[in-house]
Amino acid sequence: MASGERDVSEVALKGASAPAAVSASRAAVLRRLRLTDSLFHGLTRGASLAVLALLSGVIIALIVGAAPALGTFGIGFLFDESWNPVTERFGALAPIFGTLVTSFIAMLIAVPVGLMVAFFLTELCPKVLRRPIGIAIELLAGIPSIIYGIWGLFVFAPFLQQYVQPLFIDTFENVPVLSTLFAGPPYGIGMFTAGLILAIMVLPFVTSISRDVFDAVPPVLKEAAYGVGCTTWEVFRYVVLPFTRVGVIGGFMLGLGRALGETMAVTFVIGNAHHVSASLFAPGTTISASIANEFTEAVGDLYTSSLVALGLILFFITFCVLAIARYMLMRLQRQGR
Amino acid sequence: MTATATKSAALTNPLYAGRRRRNAIAKGLAFAATIFGLGWLVLILGVLIYKGLGGLSLTVFTENTPPPGAAGGLLNAIVGSLVMTALAVIIGTPIGILAGTYLAEYGRHDKLSSVVRFINDILLSAPSIVIGLFVYEIMVAPMGHFSGWAGAVALAVIVIPVVVRTTEDMLSLVPDTLREAAASIGLPRAHMIVRIAYRAAQAGIVTGVLLAIARISGETAPLLFTALNNQFWTMNMNQPMPSLPVVIFQFALSPYAEWQKLAWTGALLITVTVLGLSILARSLTSARKS
Repeated sequence: MASGERDVSEVALKGASAPAAVSASRAAVLRRLRLTDSLFHGLTRGASLAVLALLSGVIIALIVGAAPALGTFGIGFLFDESWNPVTERFGALAPIFGTLVTSFIAMLIAVPVGLMVAFFLTELCPKVLRRPIGIAIELLAGIPSIIYGIWGLFVFAPFLQQYVQPLFIDTFENVPVLSTLFAGPPYGIGMFTAGLILAIMVLPFVTSISRDVFDAVPPVLKEAAYGVGCTTWEVFRYVVLPFTRVGVIGGFMLGLGRALGETMAVTFVIGNAHHVSASLFAPGTTISASIANEFTEAVGDLYTSSLVALGLILFFITFCVLAIARYMLMRLQRQGR
Repeated sequence: MTATATKSAALTNPLYAGRRRRNAIAKGLAFAATIFGLGWLVLILGVLIYKGLGGLSLTVFTENTPPPGAAGGLLNAIVGSLVMTALAVIIGTPIGILAGTYLAEYGRHDKLSSVVRFINDILLSAPSIVIGLFVYEIMVAPMGHFSGWAGAVALAVIVIPVVVRTTEDMLSLVPDTLREAAASIGLPRAHMIVRIAYRAAQAGIVTGVLLAIARISGETAPLLFTALNNQFWTMNMNQPMPSLPVVIFQFALSPYAEWQKLAWTGALLITVTVLGLSILARSLTSARKS
């Protein structure tokens, strides 16, 4: 069809009364333009297809790499706590457990604090301070995770070990459930510390998305609420929050996705122990920390493959969480329009 | 009833007093939360500067990473990081800009675009360690050895979604009247995009690339088993290559005081680079807005 079009235009050009040489060069120019045009279109289309190929490639490579381990252990891989390179028996239960527990601790702290910071930034903060504080929070999000890791290992973990953990252990010694959760000894490193560091890392994400979402609330709604005598808190609690619910939850999910997949910050302070322990102060491991710690040292195909299988599980979990997050943020966008 | 009487009646009304009290508590909590959030930034940066500055000297930039227990610098790691980052940007940026262009210019509303947009968002926040595993499977395992190339490719995979996203966003901000004006004088679409739309969105696209560089210059997880590490100076991309983040990881977890000190210095260097880049990127876009 393209060549047919070209013929038509050439005939049209030749039919013009201009000298033959001029029309020929004009046709050449036009042909070149058309060629570069379709070439560029093809290039951009190809690049966007490459993005699709990239994700499919990630999934396929992980499945292929994980196949030996999943073939050997089957579905039981998910529920097996053992992790023994000598007997080549591997199970993902401890890393999955650690990933979920640390992320849960992180969200438990980051969500309320992040919401309150966003409340402060959008409703209470003086105009002059709003931008600097917003930027500072976003800088916190930009600090590479390895910095959190090294800081956690050398500064935060010793601090927790010396002051915070003994306090928790002593205080909850005789309280039924909490005494198990906060059972000693205070190692400093462990799931509790990893969860706290994740909380600090996730906080800016939750804050900046919540702030953006709160800013999108039509002023008329808030003014109406103030008009009937609501306090600032009531406007936030009963007007802003319900209106932005979908977006806020989308923001939480994005933060959760980050917490689940975070590697370096956790690897430094988790202790890398393949145990499922009821105490939060005990060393544990997460999926990403296991991979980071053991992958280069893994000998034998089954060991390597088991670690790739862990990666596949992590990717599956984060994929679901992120997909839900994007879906919710998209719904909010449509609602806003 | 006078106005003052109404007011004092309202103030003594237990329901209203309770509402005011709750409001005050919420405001106080919000203020405390903000201090709490900012406190971490101050704490982390403070410790980093305190510990990092102590080890900062010229030898950090002139000597290679030392064997255990000896003094040395970070030269090979810094160069390795720069080389791999540069290559990742060279590989990732064109693909990212072209894909972003398709999303914003050619396929703004078509099915392919919405799928690509969704997939790109997933890639944007996918765990970076998984990217490392992916590149290990497709490059390191078939080639049989760790290499600087594998590290660069892993970083490029992280660059692409960042650039796609910012390019699309920035091109969407270019007013359609500009495009229509270009089309009306007979400019083919590709030329309109390259000469008009790109130029109008230039600052924004550069911001995207800067943000991508900031993102990858601190990435450790994808390099751990692609580029691995190398104690010596190397420019051979087919060999394992050192990088600042991986050296920090190795040195910080070591029992040697010299290595730990270098790790802190490296951490300071990375943080200064990353924060500098993100502030630069921010100032570029805000200058454009005003």
